[in-house]
Amino acid sequence: MNKSDSGRRVRTTLIAYLFLAPALGLLAVFTFYPVIFGTILSLFEYDIINPPRYVGLSQFQRLLVDRYFWIAIANSAKYVLVVPVIQLGSILLAVLVNRQLRGIKAFRAAYYIPVITSWPVVGIMWTWMYDQQGIINYVLQSLQAIDRPISWLSHPTLTLYAIMFVTMWKGLGWYMVIYLAGLQSIPAEYEEAAMMDGASRARVFWNVTVPLLRPYILLASLVSTMAALKVFEEIYVMTRGGPFFSTYTMFMYIFDEAFQELNMGYASALAVVLAAVILVFSVINFRVFRRGGLEYY
Amino acid sequence: MRKVAIYAALIAIAIFMTFPFLWTLLVSLKTRGPIFSIPPDLWPSPLSLANYVGVWETLPLPRYILNSLQITFIGVSLTLLICSLAAYPLARLQFPGKNLVFYAIIATLMLPEHIGLIVNFITLTKLRIVDTFASVYLPSLASIFGIFLLRQAYLSIPQELEDAARIDGAGDMVIWWRIMLPLITPALATLAIFQFVAFWNSFLWPIIILKTPDKYPLAAGLLYLRGLFAHNTRLIAAGTVIATVPIIIVFLFTQRYFMRGITAGAIR
Repeated sequence: MNKSDSGRRVRTTLIAYLFLAPALGLLAVFTFYPVIFGTILSLFEYDIINPPRYVGLSQFQRLLVDRYFWIAIANSAKYVLVVPVIQLGSILLAVLVNRQLRGIKAFRAAYYIPVITSWPVVGIMWTWMYDQQGIINYVLQSLQAIDRPISWLSHPTLTLYAIMFVTMWKGLGWYMVIYLAGLQSIPAEYEEAAMMDGASRARVFWNVTVPLLRPYILLASLVSTMAALKVFEEIYVMTRGGPFFSTYTMFMYIFDEAFQELNMGYASALAVVLAAVILVFSVINFRVFRRGGLEYY
Repeated sequence: MRKVAIYAALIAIAIFMTFPFLWTLLVSLKTRGPIFSIPPDLWPSPLSLANYVGVWETLPLPRYILNSLQITFIGVSLTLLICSLAAYPLARLQFPGKNLVFYAIIATLMLPEHIGLIVNFITLTKLRIVDTFASVYLPSLASIFGIFLLRQAYLSIPQELEDAARIDGAGDMVIWWRIMLPLITPALATLAIFQFVAFWNSFLWPIIILKTPDKYPLAAGLLYLRGLFAHNTRLIAAGTVIATVPIIIVFLFTQRYFMRGITAGAIR
């Protein structure tokens, strides 16, 4: 190796790190540091104003007998029920729009609009839709599905499902695009061959299309499960956890503890528990999709 | 016959997906009659823009829009700069520690961001920049999605172009600025649009980090106004329409970038 060669290598290395510096600096402060500091903070009581006080694992013990923790974790777990509904819905939607038809692009765009709408807007609109005298009650009453209007957002058992429905409405378009990419990667011959053999459309869908979509279904289901466990925005803009904590989820509890009560330590303990649950899914996601199948990165 | 059934399904779903928007638009354009009633008041009284004038004059909506524009503009510009810098060496340069840096960045995809909310709030409080626009955009500038998207774009540029420039004596800065950046413009556009939507729609982090409601971006401000003026549904409806229209327009003109971005791996 001659001198100019090694000189160039040093220069290249310098330039590389110069280019990377702003991004790495920001990631270090706002992404890596929070995970380390947040985990440590779960062992302290801390309200920002007074210095942190070490309390060991006591906040995790407290959490085990905390009624609201169990309510929140149960609601977050229940929220995962939305995953299969969204996935099946968006697969069917993708199959529906995966064809050459006049105006099909306009339909795809229409289905995607909820995705790009902000949660406050969605929350405001759906609070009106769900009103006691709102359009949903009207439609259901005219169809004679219900005899009296239901107060969708202040009902002790139905509210959580009413919010899940909004999550589904807003998410369908996003997953549709993922599945559309999946469907377009399947050679048409497979489905045509099955049709030639006399299989019905439903059979082709379940026995040919769905298996071929498997990597996409896995990816989308994992993403969707993690999102459901972390559900926050839709709850915050519609019920803030009510009525009577019936829609109180883990993230909602963390938010209240951290930013309403300023119990940063206890909020961190809650966050660590939620992170541990989610980590299981993200490790699977990571391992599966780094190993090929999908061109994910 | 089959075609008719398919169109019927497509139209029915389109109504389901867009109905809340159309209904909000209708509420915002009427000045009289009950908002909530059974049966609903779907096509009555004369339409007027009075609510838009009202919301513009009586509520601090113009202020929120200016805040949003400022946060979005600075946020998107800095994201593009930081990500296009960071992605370049990861795609095109050989240097010690490259794999380590790359995997460290990938690993952040597994890190739970909700812990970030708590600790970043503490960090920014300690840095005394809470309640500034900078505190709103700083944590999301180093977008992992952006770095990956642009890295992919840099990787697809043929080596010959770079070699030719080097033979002409161009240094790395010149190559990056004059040759690489112009060639990744479509990917930059995709990233810009995604970040635009993300900043324009963000409300959770702004309500945490901003103490003065006057500094809220539009989405957060709208939620705040809904709390204050819950009874004035028509004004809020007008505000909701104003907040939504720009994003829908941007989307309709840039659709193909959205589809490309998602399928390129837009998880965040």
